[in-house]
Amino acid sequence: MDDEFLRLWPQAASDHAHAIDWLIWSFTGMMAIFVVPVFVLTILFAIRYRKGTRVSRDHRPRGSMKVEMTWIVLPFIGSMIIYLVSARLYYEVKTPPADAMVIQVVAKQWMWKFQHPGGQREINTLHVPVGRPVRLNMISQDVIHSLYFPALRIKQDLLPGRYTALWFSATETGRYEAFCAEYCGTDHSKMLATLIVQSPQEYQRWLSQSGASESLAEQGEVLFRQFGCSGCHGPAAVAKAPTLEGLYGRRVALHDGTSVIADQAYIRDSILLPHKQLVAGYEPIMPSFSNVIDEEGVLRLTAYIQSLGEGEQGEPHADSPRNPPPEETAP
Amino acid sequence: MSQKNPAADRAPSYLADEHGLRTWLLTTDHKRIAILYLISVTAFFFLGSLAASLVRIELVTPEGDLLSPDGYNRAFTLHGVVMVWFFLIPSIPAVFGNFLIPIMIGARDMAFPKLNLFSWYLLVGGGSFTLYALLAGGVATGWTFYTPLSTMFSNGHVVAVILGVFIVGFSSILTGLNIIVTIHRLRAPGMTWFRMPLFCWSLYATSVILVLATPVLAITLLLVAAEHLFGIGVFDPRLGGDPLLFQHLFWFYSHPAVYIMILPAMGVMSELVTAAAHKRIFGYSFVAYSSLAIAVIGFMVWGHHMFVAGQSMYASMVFSLLSFLVAIPSAIKVYNWTATLYKSNLTIDAHFLYALTFIGLFVIGGITGLFLALLAADVHVHDTYFVVAHFHYIMVGAAVAGFFGGLHFWWPKMTGRMYSQLWGKIAAVMIFCGFNLTFFPQFLLGYLGMPRRYHSYPEDFQFLHVLSSTGAAVLAVGYVMPFFYLLWSLRYGPQAEDDPWDAAGLEWRTSSPPPTHNFLETPIVDFDAYEYPPEATHGRS
Repeated sequence: MDDEFLRLWPQAASDHAHAIDWLIWSFTGMMAIFVVPVFVLTILFAIRYRKGTRVSRDHRPRGSMKVEMTWIVLPFIGSMIIYLVSARLYYEVKTPPADAMVIQVVAKQWMWKFQHPGGQREINTLHVPVGRPVRLNMISQDVIHSLYFPALRIKQDLLPGRYTALWFSATETGRYEAFCAEYCGTDHSKMLATLIVQSPQEYQRWLSQSGASESLAEQGEVLFRQFGCSGCHGPAAVAKAPTLEGLYGRRVALHDGTSVIADQAYIRDSILLPHKQLVAGYEPIMPSFSNVIDEEGVLRLTAYIQSLGEGEQGEPHADSPRNPPPEETAP
Repeated sequence: MSQKNPAADRAPSYLADEHGLRTWLLTTDHKRIAILYLISVTAFFFLGSLAASLVRIELVTPEGDLLSPDGYNRAFTLHGVVMVWFFLIPSIPAVFGNFLIPIMIGARDMAFPKLNLFSWYLLVGGGSFTLYALLAGGVATGWTFYTPLSTMFSNGHVVAVILGVFIVGFSSILTGLNIIVTIHRLRAPGMTWFRMPLFCWSLYATSVILVLATPVLAITLLLVAAEHLFGIGVFDPRLGGDPLLFQHLFWFYSHPAVYIMILPAMGVMSELVTAAAHKRIFGYSFVAYSSLAIAVIGFMVWGHHMFVAGQSMYASMVFSLLSFLVAIPSAIKVYNWTATLYKSNLTIDAHFLYALTFIGLFVIGGITGLFLALLAADVHVHDTYFVVAHFHYIMVGAAVAGFFGGLHFWWPKMTGRMYSQLWGKIAAVMIFCGFNLTFFPQFLLGYLGMPRRYHSYPEDFQFLHVLSSTGAAVLAVGYVMPFFYLLWSLRYGPQAEDDPWDAAGLEWRTSSPPPTHNFLETPIVDFDAYEYPPEATHGRS
């Protein structure tokens, strides 16, 4: 966001951004090879073969299989090469590394809310350390939004009712713009944020100064008691409810005979729509919290449940390295 | 080949046959219905342009100072809805398709003349209804009606607008049906499929899309209305629905709809290029089959609108690949038009300048479409002005150039009058320059990161926005000019000859304007399409 008189190319703050610029230029170059002849020949023919010019018009071709095949096959092969490069970049940008730091994002008309693992909260500003992979775990509270960082050349829609992910590793410190890219109603164009990429030391300083006394999981534990979850799910519970220790990431058997991995989507559904996937051997007695707990509360409760220990059984859960991140498991 | 149609001397033209408003509003003559369509889509075009002007004026300054945020959102929604459904989709099929297809294949009328008139009433009825809703309260959902914004977070006019679009959809379906049956059943003796002008092939392909895709839009819109009115959970996750389901259904219609808008313009192009070149098209069968290929593959690429929407990564990769495939038939057409000019006998009239405009703008629009099909690149430019620029190059630049090119080419046939070539050429050049000045800066804006549908924007983007708005002013003048000199020609223009452009094709063998039943005697077709002399250097044999 440095002041320039006229900017015609965006800043690039990550390796991925440079890779995308390279992709764009090489594709432009390749397309020019196939397109420039059209423009040049159209103009050339239009001049040379004007009515009345004295040039030979003998042996007019009606068509030619060879010529047709040439201009079908060559551009196709050319674009397939670029396609493969692009598909690889897309795979990388859709597959967060296992060691990425996770930041929770909740969007609502018309603001962005971010929360760091240590519990630090910020609105319309996001601080991240340079050189470290960051994965944003995102959900919308109302309509569809889209978090867009032009300097990183990435965006991802945020859906109501489903988690999506976006990851990046910034290589340049600085302040960068972020936009909402999916039209979301009246103040869509005011739904802006600032990405602040800091050195690790500065980021630590910012974390310690931003006044979070409790981590995300600790905040979740407070909610766990406040909403009375502990009455049934806690260690000294009277009602019969599944225990939550070691639940996260474990395969859970359901009463209809199927089973499901207890990932964050499952835990969210179990809080908001408890009767959707009922655990085998339990009565459907849990009330829905869909009008009681908002998305941020759900994220904190999920962090608390995760802090109670992660399960070992079953197949790897959705957050594990190089597995499709949550948004790939379409409903 | 150049003998006069005897009908011209005896039968009155379709314009002079009967008089009075009543004879127009109750006509079943395909040519008169085409004129009714021409008048209505022109009115919708100016209305949509008015909304676009508001948007471009607002964007001159970074602050939102001319319109309120909701006013701006309503303006671009009005622009999109009117231009897509009430101008672009009916424009070429319903105007030139109606007027020309029966004449080009040597028929007296369309297969279902009454249905044809009914479909015009559906367009006008549905259009007026939508217009009332758009103006009375306005809708701020964008023309895409994405859920849950459209169902749970918008005012009650959404349902009214949706109902209007739903009604107009039936107009599309009936027109498509009529064209398909006409081409199958009413071809004159000897008019085989491969003797038809390529305009008929492209309209046939378009009609297949109209008949197959539009019902999906109708179903989708009904589901949105059901959720909005009765709270039936289809798309809203709070009601157990899935918002992405809407996008899948919507683009399953709306991506083929893009081909509904551009395929007919490609058909017009094949006629313009051959007529100006006075030469048979290069690779007739490739151009003919490429229309069908576009219609078929066009149904399998909708997911390229959803690379960042939360669609499966592998689905995106397949949709990207298919999007590259659908570009091939378009490329075939462009290469063949260029090759047609080789060893031609070219006359440069106004309609040929529109054809050149089409090639220039369509190629840029098509190539930038491939940038958007390119997965990782799309993640950056999706939902930015890059997309806005891309689809305006196709849907406005190319499709409207096709419409205007057709209008200038067939105007003498439709009205029996010649217009001023000079003014026609000035307008074509202004449209080309104004268009590029308006939309090329938007590619840069989009790559810089400017999101679409923004009422206000960071100051960095102002220079390019001002360029774009300046271009829009030039473009507006270019688009308005034909309105004046064409109307002028109706009264003061010289009488048109039957074949003013020295062009081949059955429509040039009847009088200008044609008699009510097109031909006095059913033509016997014993010649190929574009039968220009194979070696000649001057004139026609």
